Amino acid sequence: MLQIRNLTKIYEGGVKALDDVSFDVPDGQFLAVIGLSGSGKSTLLRCINRLIEPTDGQILWDGMDITKASQEEMRQIRRKIGMVFQHFNLVNRSKVITNVLAGRLGYVNPVWSFMNRFPKEDIEKAMQKMERVGIEEKAMDRADQLSGGQQQRVGIARALMQDPELILADEPVASLDPVLAHSIMKHLEDINKLDGVTVMCSLHFLDLVHHYADQAVALNEGKLVFEGLPKEIDDERFKEIYGRDAERIG
Amino acid sequence: MTDKKKNNNKKASPRRSISIGLITLLILIVYAYGFQVTKVNLEELKNETRQSSLQRVIRALANPDLIEYDQLEQVVNFPILTPCQPDGLLPSAPVHDGDEPFMVINPGCAEPESTIQVEGYNFGANRTGSVRFVPGNDPTSILSLGKEVTETDDDGYFKLTMPLPDRPNDEVQYIRTTISTNVGSPYLTKTATDTWEKIIETVFLALLATTFGTFLAVPLSFLAARNLMKPVRSPLTSISLSLIGWSLGIALGYIIVRWIGNLSSYLNLYPLLDLLAVVLVIILVWFGMRWAMPQAETSTPGRGLKFLRTLVMLACLLVGFFGLFELARLTISVGKGLIPALGSFGFLGNFMFQVGDMVLILTSALGALAAGGAVSSALSRIGLQLTEKLPAARLKLINFILAPFAVSIILILGGLLVEWLYQIGNPVVYLWGPLITGIVIGLIMAAFSKGKDALPTGMVIYTITRSFLNGLRSMEPLVMAIVFVIAVGIGPFAGVMALGLHTIVSLGKLYSEQVESIMTGPVEAVTATGANRLQTIIYGVVPQIVPPYISYTMYRWDINVRMSTIIGFVGGGGIGFLLQQNIRLLNYRGASAQMLAIAVVVASMDYVSSVLRERTV
Repeated sequence: MLQIRNLTKIYEGGVKALDDVSFDVPDGQFLAVIGLSGSGKSTLLRCINRLIEPTDGQILWDGMDITKASQEEMRQIRRKIGMVFQHFNLVNRSKVITNVLAGRLGYVNPVWSFMNRFPKEDIEKAMQKMERVGIEEKAMDRADQLSGGQQQRVGIARALMQDPELILADEPVASLDPVLAHSIMKHLEDINKLDGVTVMCSLHFLDLVHHYADQAVALNEGKLVFEGLPKEIDDERFKEIYGRDAERIG
Repeated sequence: MTDKKKNNNKKASPRRSISIGLITLLILIVYAYGFQVTKVNLEELKNETRQSSLQRVIRALANPDLIEYDQLEQVVNFPILTPCQPDGLLPSAPVHDGDEPFMVINPGCAEPESTIQVEGYNFGANRTGSVRFVPGNDPTSILSLGKEVTETDDDGYFKLTMPLPDRPNDEVQYIRTTISTNVGSPYLTKTATDTWEKIIETVFLALLATTFGTFLAVPLSFLAARNLMKPVRSPLTSISLSLIGWSLGIALGYIIVRWIGNLSSYLNLYPLLDLLAVVLVIILVWFGMRWAMPQAETSTPGRGLKFLRTLVMLACLLVGFFGLFELARLTISVGKGLIPALGSFGFLGNFMFQVGDMVLILTSALGALAAGGAVSSALSRIGLQLTEKLPAARLKLINFILAPFAVSIILILGGLLVEWLYQIGNPVVYLWGPLITGIVIGLIMAAFSKGKDALPTGMVIYTITRSFLNGLRSMEPLVMAIVFVIAVGIGPFAGVMALGLHTIVSLGKLYSEQVESIMTGPVEAVTATGANRLQTIIYGVVPQIVPPYISYTMYRWDINVRMSTIIGFVGGGGIGFLLQQNIRLLNYRGASAQMLAIAVVVASMDYVSSVLRERTV
């Protein structure tokens, strides 16, 4: 159970990206986070694994307050939270398998990892995960030689290497075309339904939200403006979330 | 709208012309003063003596002293009477075989100070030589008068008219022609071989300097990268403990490693024993480390196991240093043995010997640094834990003790450095002063920082590293070379040190700017997996900076080759030494040979490095 309590983030310079946001994410849920660009979706996701330090509020994960964790504790927490990014964030010049193995860095002994040594089990595991998302033949290719859809699958495989209990997906399909978008979302759904991993996914297209999410939260200018089932988002709600001038497209 | 614009233009134009005029005037004044200061004087160029010396130098430079031939001197003496004898007899012309050079003069006798015509046949073709009057009745005399210079044509023939000197004599005197010709095949001059030797030295000087510089610049560049250092913050307790840890650890490590070094020197009787020790150490350390640092662990180890592991790691470290000493001594003795055994490849033996020596010297420093790092990181970790667990008031109390201690240690070390530099000899300056200042500063820091606040340690380290880099970078390698010539003596090694140091600081800065401009996405992603800071750097930062690092290293190697050609001017070895010597001796043909060599090397280096850069990036 992930509980967000009164979460607030004010950036240097006074921009209020999150304003007193509170909601709960039960284990095993597929939660969609929607809202306009700049509404605070990315900030919310990054506050959860503290890539961004929240200004105020609490994030309780199984009762433990993430915002109070020390550096060492934070590492332990992060390795249980996989993250998938809009721009994939792969290390372009490294091999695909190295990128995937990077998901184990929180587990392996640092000294060996400095020399690029990973345990046999981890390498086998990496092959399994790459097989699962269908990129096992690309293992030895450089990451930047892959297409966008393949790169995002590398990103998912990297998150899977962490044996995550929670996956934060920050607009995972925004840089992909619609056909690829569904294949990537299917992988996330698969991980959610089969492995029971909680997924928090920020999305642009309501179509995808209806299709994949169990629950949705909406942000507007850092404030939580909606929390409920995806099908509850009717035209009236839609205008509340996206503003008066918005038109639905798909 | 347009009207307004026109109006504006009209109003602005006189002001603009005035300001343009003023600026032009100012620029004129600046350049006029510049001419005055730099003593621009074209009149000097017109000076005739200057022109003729310039001509001489340029001609010498255009004719580098690279190849020469063995010379054969063709000397022919022809008798002449001056003045003519009353009997009108002429001395008989010397006999000659068909191919031998001979000469004819016309007339065969003449009054002093009159002119005669001299012709020569069968001399070396296209050579220059001299035609002289030899006074006295002795064809072997080395004394000769005149300054006639002649040039033979394709057939070895020449013809000239020359005045006779005022040396009347009743006896026969002589006209002597001396023409030297090249024989055999051309060969390289001494200058050419010396130049070759020195240019090779120059290239390797640059290579070593670049290599050493690059190795040290890489870690420095991380410390000087703002984006990596900014997030590094730690609380005062942890900082104080880590400072204390560094000074304690370095002292302790130095003593221990010295002791281990002495221990290994007892073993240094038979190389075989050294070899055995090295092999044993490698096996021991390998297994020890494998056991103490398992690749991955599912459960967190118990306290006892952790302690045992730390002990084993420490033991491995000690044994490892012992092994390093043994290895160094082994390479030294093997290298020494190889120098005579390998003959002309003896430099390989010397290389082993020198590397062993280097390891021997560096091991102590390395040990001290390693111990410093280990103790300080352990203590700072304790500091972090204390900060997390203890209440703020108690923490403040601890800070009041630790901070003055830490700051005064650092200041006293600084004081000792000042004492060493300036030899003040007053304990108030280097001991009590820093001690008291340190205590005061420490107390102030402890009083003003809230115990749990994290201070920007990273930015302090960043600033120090940056100022260090900038300070040293502004010193030219030539100036550094002067210092190193004093430290390690005249020769290429001083040049290596000077160029190496300059490479460290300039590459450190260039590299760090590359680190600052990396993409943040991959770093963010690696951080999100739970990787620690060093892992994040190795997996998120390093792969991104490899291409620019390689390209900058190439560029630096290029610069170093160019610099190393003049580092010899101050005794730093390389070709500059020869060049400077030849210029001072006014041997411009020699200097020209060296300039040519420099040009060839720099041009080819430029080509090679551009090709390599293209391949790697």
